Amino acid sequence: MRISTSIPSSEITPEKFYFNRRAFLAGSLGAAASLLPLSAAASSLDYKPGPYGTDEAWSTFADITTYNNFYEFGTGKADPSNNSANFKPTPWTISVDGLVSKPTTFDLDDLMALELEERVYRMRCVEAWSMVIPWIGFPLSRILDKVEPLGSAKYVAFETVVRPEEIPGQRGRLFQTLDWPYVEGLRLDEACHPLTILATGLYGRTLLNQNGAPVRLVVPWKYGFKGIKSIVRITLVENQPETTWRNMAPQEYGFFANVNPAVDHPRWSQATEIRIGEGGFFGAARRETLPFNGYGDEVASLYDGMDLRSFY
Amino acid sequence: MQPRWWGPASIWLVYGVGFIPAIWYFWLGASGQLPGNAVKIFEHLLGVWALRFLLATLAVTPLRDLAGINLLRFRRALGLLAFWYVLMHFATYMLLDQQLNLPEIGKDIAKRPFITIGMACLVFLLPLALTSNNWAIRRLGPRWRSLHKLAYLIVLGGALHYTMAVKVVTAEPFLYFTLAILLVAYRPLRSPILNWKKDRRLKTASTTSRQ
Repeated sequence: MRISTSIPSSEITPEKFYFNRRAFLAGSLGAAASLLPLSAAASSLDYKPGPYGTDEAWSTFADITTYNNFYEFGTGKADPSNNSANFKPTPWTISVDGLVSKPTTFDLDDLMALELEERVYRMRCVEAWSMVIPWIGFPLSRILDKVEPLGSAKYVAFETVVRPEEIPGQRGRLFQTLDWPYVEGLRLDEACHPLTILATGLYGRTLLNQNGAPVRLVVPWKYGFKGIKSIVRITLVENQPETTWRNMAPQEYGFFANVNPAVDHPRWSQATEIRIGEGGFFGAARRETLPFNGYGDEVASLYDGMDLRSFY
Repeated sequence: MQPRWWGPASIWLVYGVGFIPAIWYFWLGASGQLPGNAVKIFEHLLGVWALRFLLATLAVTPLRDLAGINLLRFRRALGLLAFWYVLMHFATYMLLDQQLNLPEIGKDIAKRPFITIGMACLVFLLPLALTSNNWAIRRLGPRWRSLHKLAYLIVLGGALHYTMAVKVVTAEPFLYFTLAILLVAYRPLRSPILNWKKDRRLKTASTTSRQ
């Protein structure tokens, strides 16, 4: 199926169906009905089609918004959609600071004014499943250009919001899963790569809380955990920044985290992946994982001369 | 006084109820009602239920000793349910998850410690399931008891398998791991506790008889 990139996705898929095609077909009420109040929180966005399209079928809106890893709202896949109703993504600001000439605080209007475009990307989770997601966003380089990184800046560090009163997983309990805030990082050249975007929406609408509202990182050639959500701060730094999952288990999650079928996670193979929503119970769609998640032509040169087995 | 048929019927009831989670989740998965990664969810639930039945099997003795609740006649059913759930858990991994990709399955079992441990637990469960019938119990005599002490290793292995499989240890795997350790740790403490209880009973009896 080839989807013409000149038509906004919200026009291609009739709204009443985009919630959950399969649920409608199966006549199952629960999943579709529970999404209706959430969809009211997302509003339409103005955007134009962007580069790097794919012929692959998009994952359903229902799968994208109910099958999430966002440990701030719980460790179960449905927890983020069930537990994030109290989170308030507006108003919002992102401060961009560190080794830059012009430290700047952006609010949401500033970001929405950056000419949003649609980027349909494969998303490969480190847990060996994948989706195809029509993001709406803009290249991260646009805001990095505005703040003018200094020559000494080599890395970009990202930080998620901390609001225990709105985010149940951040309240100090017996089982604190990860250290908050969630932090991530990229090398400056990775951050400036045209594939790297900050997303403010998907399926033509603003992000729902469970997907990292109001703004999150998307780096399609890396495992999904690099895509830090609900970002409040971006800091240009000289040395490789700390990253949450690497702090938790450095032998399992690297700084680079490039999708790589040749380097297994110690507890499972990364050679194949399950495409969420495809196939079924008796023939789940297991497919080969591609180096750099299929974006090798664009990004492999960033890692020339590096041993990707040790820099996983 | 319970009617005579109740004894065997209640045991069959435990089997019937015990298989409900597997049947229910299989139905949900097969009819497309497990959202997202249905196979993984099903696989995980079978594993969790296997562990629950293992823990229940090992809880029978301490419940009788310490709380006076006698569930001994259900113990074989609970143990066999655990075995069937472990087998279904493995079959789901092999058939639905890995789709009979034997080289990959072999690599998983050999290379990944949590899968090696899980596989060892299944292998250890086989002789226990095969000797769970009355004929084998009579035939093996005292050796049966020694053989079935493997259950302690299996419950610890199962809890460890679960704890190692998750990305972060949340309340549920922590709880099962703690319970497994407590239930196994109870075994060496059992005879001192029982002796102490017997002593106390004898003392109370002699005090009352003097009055």
